[in-house]
Amino acid sequence: MTGFTSFVKKETLHILRDPRTMLIALLMPVVQILLFGFAISTEVNNINVAVVVPHWSESVRQSVEKLSSNPYITYQGAIEQGEIDQYMRSGKCDAVVVFSNDFDKVLSEWKQNGTGENAMQFVMDASNTNLAQLGSGYLTNILAVDQMSSDMMPEIHMLFNPQMKSSFNFVPGIMGMIFILICGILTSVSIVREKETGTMDVLLVSPVRPLRIILAKMIPYFALSCINLTSILLLAHYVLEVPMSGNLGAIIVISLVYIALALALGLLVSTIAKKQVVALLISAAIMLMPIVFLSGIIFPVENMPDVIKPISAIIPARWYIDAMRKLMIQGIGFVGVLKDFIILCVMTIAIIGIALKNFKDKI
Amino acid sequence: MTIEKAIEVNGLSKSFGTVKALDKVSFDVQRGETFGLIGPDGAGKTTLFKILVTLLDTDEGTATVDGLDIGRDYRAIRARVGYMPGRFSLYSDLTIEENMEFFANLFGVSVEQNYDLVAPIYSQIEPFKKRRAGRLSGGMKQKLALSCALIHKPSVLFLDEPTTGVDAVSRSEFWDMLHNLKKQGLSILVSTPYMDEASRCDRIALCNSGKILDIDTPSNMVKKFDGNLYGIKSKEMYSLLKALRGDKTIINSYTAGEFHHLLADNGFDAERLKQELTSSGHKDVEIKPIVPLIEDVFIKLLSNER
Amino acid sequence: MNDNKTTNISHIIQVKDLTKQFGSFTAVDHITFDVKRGEIFGFLGANGAGKTTAMRMLCGLSFPTSGSGTVAGFDIMRQGEKIKSHIGYMSQRFALYDDLTVMENMQLFGGIYRVGKKEIDRRATEMLQKLKFASERNTLVGSLPLGWKQKLAFAVATLHRPEIVFLDEPTGGVDPITRRQFWEMIYQASSENTTIFVTTHYMDEAEYCHRVSMMVDGQIKALGTPTELKQQYNASSMDEVFRTLARGAKRGD
Repeated sequence: MTGFTSFVKKETLHILRDPRTMLIALLMPVVQILLFGFAISTEVNNINVAVVVPHWSESVRQSVEKLSSNPYITYQGAIEQGEIDQYMRSGKCDAVVVFSNDFDKVLSEWKQNGTGENAMQFVMDASNTNLAQLGSGYLTNILAVDQMSSDMMPEIHMLFNPQMKSSFNFVPGIMGMIFILICGILTSVSIVREKETGTMDVLLVSPVRPLRIILAKMIPYFALSCINLTSILLLAHYVLEVPMSGNLGAIIVISLVYIALALALGLLVSTIAKKQVVALLISAAIMLMPIVFLSGIIFPVENMPDVIKPISAIIPARWYIDAMRKLMIQGIGFVGVLKDFIILCVMTIAIIGIALKNFKDKI
Repeated sequence: MTIEKAIEVNGLSKSFGTVKALDKVSFDVQRGETFGLIGPDGAGKTTLFKILVTLLDTDEGTATVDGLDIGRDYRAIRARVGYMPGRFSLYSDLTIEENMEFFANLFGVSVEQNYDLVAPIYSQIEPFKKRRAGRLSGGMKQKLALSCALIHKPSVLFLDEPTTGVDAVSRSEFWDMLHNLKKQGLSILVSTPYMDEASRCDRIALCNSGKILDIDTPSNMVKKFDGNLYGIKSKEMYSLLKALRGDKTIINSYTAGEFHHLLADNGFDAERLKQELTSSGHKDVEIKPIVPLIEDVFIKLLSNER
Repeated sequence: MNDNKTTNISHIIQVKDLTKQFGSFTAVDHITFDVKRGEIFGFLGANGAGKTTAMRMLCGLSFPTSGSGTVAGFDIMRQGEKIKSHIGYMSQRFALYDDLTVMENMQLFGGIYRVGKKEIDRRATEMLQKLKFASERNTLVGSLPLGWKQKLAFAVATLHRPEIVFLDEPTGGVDPITRRQFWEMIYQASSENTTIFVTTHYMDEAEYCHRVSMMVDGQIKALGTPTELKQQYNASSMDEVFRTLARGAKRGD
């Protein structure tokens, strides 16, 4: 066995024999995907809706029918105007649709003149702002379709994610995080661990080139990441039903570039830190936090203050997540993510460059 | 047979911030010699090792290992030395066998190839080769570490405090192993804080706070000791020590175990001291001239420094 | 805890058939010995012989599986908490907080043992003067040389005037002069009737002790003054005595 392959073997043994690493590396991605996909969902799939109908007519009946038959709405029946407050407070309903007294007349006025009074009113429980916002859009969407002219109600059409499934958005975000975690943090910690225990000294005092030592360390983590990439993509597609309508090849290629970038980041951290704790802290500070707050996983980049936007531009995860969203959810082809791809490539090369420059074969 | 030296050190200095870890250290190690660096923590032993195995750059001075310059030829040196750092530096999650194979492959050799050299040591732990290194006793870990440092047949062996934290039996066994390696022509630089291990080396350097106090063979060190050393004891050791400190003919006195040691001036008279002590209430006073130990040499050198 | 009312007995430690088992493994196997008040008692043994386990029981940190004994007049089986407040403890691994000053460390440890604030100040000042450390009272411990730290650690361990001090490998790595100064402090404490219970790897240090016990495989294989033991095993040094005894050891750490 050559020095290099025996290195890879040793590194693999380290990972296999440390149950914690194995747990973090293999189970966490699955758990995160499932958690975000199901438990922590911000999507609206069960709004309790009641109606207030002062005067039943055929068109009102049709609208109510639409509500009650929608799978994402639980129809709670018709109530009196005076009961709205009580229903909302008791939590029996999240939204009430109040039809106007002369619904049919308003409707025909709209049809004739293209203008008129409001035909209905939504009363939303805004204590859950997310639900209120999504719900009102939702209700508008359901009730507006071919019932009235497009002018009468703002037509809201949910693009790409018609049910506004939040898991769709989270999958690219989780991928952006997982690879940093496994490649970046685990490699940096494992390199620094050798510094801490003193084995790095013994390794350096051998004819093996330090770069090979590092490269050999990265291979098992790269392999781990590939396993994770596979499992995430499979889970995303078959369990969360993310469409993956874009170019699968592009998804994989860009992910591999991103994994390489994460490995380089890990190496960079390991050149700075001398203790495992420090490596962890630096990793958390320069890798995880910015991803969570600035890459657009939680707060959309578009909504960020102008001061913050340029900072988010230097975060690799932002471009990766952007590319993955386009490819996996929007179904845009490789050309659509070319910019992201190029940026990621440049970043990877730059980080590798800095890390290598920083890396010394002395202490 | 070349005459070149195994290690040659000329005026090495190294500082970390304001702390001077090494201060113009010079010495050399002959081929096939076991050379001991003896001194307490903070003497600069580890720093010196790290510089010689090319892990650390020096601030000043030059050195060669196996005839190669530590600055210019550091890659070549790395292939030729065996290094055992102070702490246990093997992989505790790998087995004995896996550690051995890994370190052999690191140097591009196989365990079988150089088995003969390590056999006397490795065979003692080989029956447990499937055991993880982290679960070995101190003595066994030490044997494994030495085997791993030897497996590529180095020409110079660097052992940084190999016996620290190991019990007396394992320490003694370890020195026996080194003795066997020396017979095979290996040059060894070894450091230890235990002064009683000095006699196991061909030559020693006593060092403290980054400086070498003296270099010689252990027996010469003792021979060179100029001054009369006595051992003294009584029933009450502490008040005895206080009494000794008051005597003008005693240069230095210190605890040393069963007997206190005292370094006597020319005007010293053992009988007179004994009588004086007895009359002032000390019981069972016993004084005898003694042969200095390396520790006494060290203390004398250190006292001169201070 | 400076009340000396507790014991007038001459044996500060009395232990009979003390045993500690971890599952099927007998770490300490029926050890019996006494330590006299004011004695310097060396507790030696190979790695893994059971020294640390035995010492933990004596300090009230762990309960014996069987056997009986008293430390400073308190029952090992039932009065672990009482024992803890009447002993001092110093180990090589952890001694003082590097990021606190000399005085802050003294105040901290004095406070832990419920010595009054004024009393701490008085004793600390006195001790620092004796050690010629008075000028360093506001120095961070981390910036002191190792030898000073160890002497200081001993001073801190005895600040609450314990009747017995346990020293676990106290002198590792210090230079010979400092090591001797350290032993001088121990002699002084002993001459003031404080009992010293010490473990060490330096066999030559065994010769400093009044009496020495040697543990092998969980049992006390030899006990006596250094002179007695050397005669008994026909050895010239304690190192030799130890090697003769420990060669037969079956277990390592």
